[in-house]
Amino acid sequence: MSEHAPILSVRNVSKHFGGVQALDRVSLDVFPGEVVALAGDNGAGKSTIIKAISGVFSYEDGDILLDGKRIAFATPQEARDNGIETIYQDLALADNLSIGANIFLGREPMKRLFGFLPVIDRRKMADVAQETMRRLDFHVERLDAPVAAFSGGQRQAVAIGRAMYWNARLVIMDEPTAALGVPEQRKVISLIQSLKAEGKGIIFISHNLGDIFEVADRIVVFRRGENAGERKPKETTGDEIVRMMVGK
Amino acid sequence: MAAAANQSNGKAILLRIAELRAWVFLILLIVFFEVWSRAAYDVTFILNPYNVTAIAVAATAPLVLALGQTFVIISAGIDLSLGFVMGFASVIAAHMANYAAAQLGLPPFPAMLFGVLSGVGMAMIPGLVNGWLIAQLKVPPFIGTLGMYGVARGSAYLIAGGMTIAISNPWYSTIGNDRVLGVPVLVILAAICCVVLHYMLSQTRFGQHTYAMGASKAAASRAGINIKKLTIKIYVLSAVMAGIAGVLYTGRFSAGAPQAGEPLLLLSIAAVVIGGASLFGGSGTIWGTVAGALVIAVIDYGLVFVDVEPFWQFIAVGSVIIVSVLVDQAQRRFMGGRQVE
Repeated sequence: MSEHAPILSVRNVSKHFGGVQALDRVSLDVFPGEVVALAGDNGAGKSTIIKAISGVFSYEDGDILLDGKRIAFATPQEARDNGIETIYQDLALADNLSIGANIFLGREPMKRLFGFLPVIDRRKMADVAQETMRRLDFHVERLDAPVAAFSGGQRQAVAIGRAMYWNARLVIMDEPTAALGVPEQRKVISLIQSLKAEGKGIIFISHNLGDIFEVADRIVVFRRGENAGERKPKETTGDEIVRMMVGK
Repeated sequence: MAAAANQSNGKAILLRIAELRAWVFLILLIVFFEVWSRAAYDVTFILNPYNVTAIAVAATAPLVLALGQTFVIISAGIDLSLGFVMGFASVIAAHMANYAAAQLGLPPFPAMLFGVLSGVGMAMIPGLVNGWLIAQLKVPPFIGTLGMYGVARGSAYLIAGGMTIAISNPWYSTIGNDRVLGVPVLVILAAICCVVLHYMLSQTRFGQHTYAMGASKAAASRAGINIKKLTIKIYVLSAVMAGIAGVLYTGRFSAGAPQAGEPLLLLSIAAVVIGGASLFGGSGTIWGTVAGALVIAVIDYGLVFVDVEPFWQFIAVGSVIIVSVLVDQAQRRFMGGRQVE
């Protein structure tokens, strides 16, 4: 891993909300093809740091470096344009639209009908949907069906497929296995592994230590807005991670 | 996985059929009145071109309002100001055409054009205010547009001095009463509006984002869609359609009337709902709304034609609205889609 430069490097980042110190000089690296799990109790700063990375919040002190360049995105759109894709717990899909329309939401491809009339290129959206879902080993017959017709895991695959299609360098996943049945959780874990195999950097937030140990290359523990330590799954136990989270 | 795919396959086909339900209902309704009028009076209902034309003309005003309302309802909003924005535009269109002819000395055609552009242009103002209230100040659409209902109503009556404004401009009567190849100009203009708005809803990013916003504002805004701008555009579009409806009214009756759209607001919402759109947002089509507006026009005209007391119209249209909403809910439950309680 040391021969690669990190995709993302968070250096001593701090953030206040009024009098509350949400982040106190936290640091974090993510390398290509690496899954970094963020562990911590509620209020430990996990969500705050990913929001600072993905342009939802600004940060005050310290630096966030993407490919060695300092970033401070004003909007999530700007972060996305620079290759940082965030997959939210509640999926952020438009249920009434097809897989392709969700992959392209906000960036729909256009073509010209009769050479002058701009129309949405649905054919391209369907082709890309099929191709992307094939890369994720997820087969669908009806590409025009709304995603409401699919299961939670399949919908998660659509969100991950969107990140993949847009060539995200860094994918941030906030509780991607929450609210899913066990077989679906397995499927999402294998989706994360396909992202990893494509050389993406992944930040993975979960309350489920089993998932963390299965998928993470490194576990970074936060406690009350500070770094509480960092372990490799092979060199630690669930008990130790929990002790680091609660500070004993 | 194969079973799941098959299941979604089946659901998608059912969804297609459900989308056509307003057209199926329209056909059944026409058959119903045809049988009734033949049985009772031994005359045809729908094969009489006079009846067809009358139904089409009666459908134009609620339809043009409903076209804009379709976008609003798909975005999970509602526009209650439409009826009086229509009256407001009708008054302005009449007043400005008279002004252009009398004060500016313009010939009839430019005077008509001046009136039409003023009416539609001024209608954008209430639309902008609606959009701004809802997008920027987070006023619920129901309340924001209800307030505008009052403001537009009052403004229309003030400008008209509490009366209707008569005009005598031959070009306005052309819009309202002439025919081209036997088809009323009103119907042709309404059909053009349908085609343009169908294109906007189904083939442009604006339309696609309207659907996305109606399903989930959070998803749309996380995908980088500017919800505020989109909301304002939708309410301006809705007001522009009300403006066009107002201008058509002025043409049809050669007068601008503040109360032009008063009975039409609820009909416009009814047409959208009968057409298969959900009041929870996220679904609906222009062709569905067209069928919805025709269903209402056929019920109204058909009942008169078979000589039923006119008060039954309200009961019939009201019942159809309730049944449409029930069908929509049953469909959502069946599809396993998001159920908003």
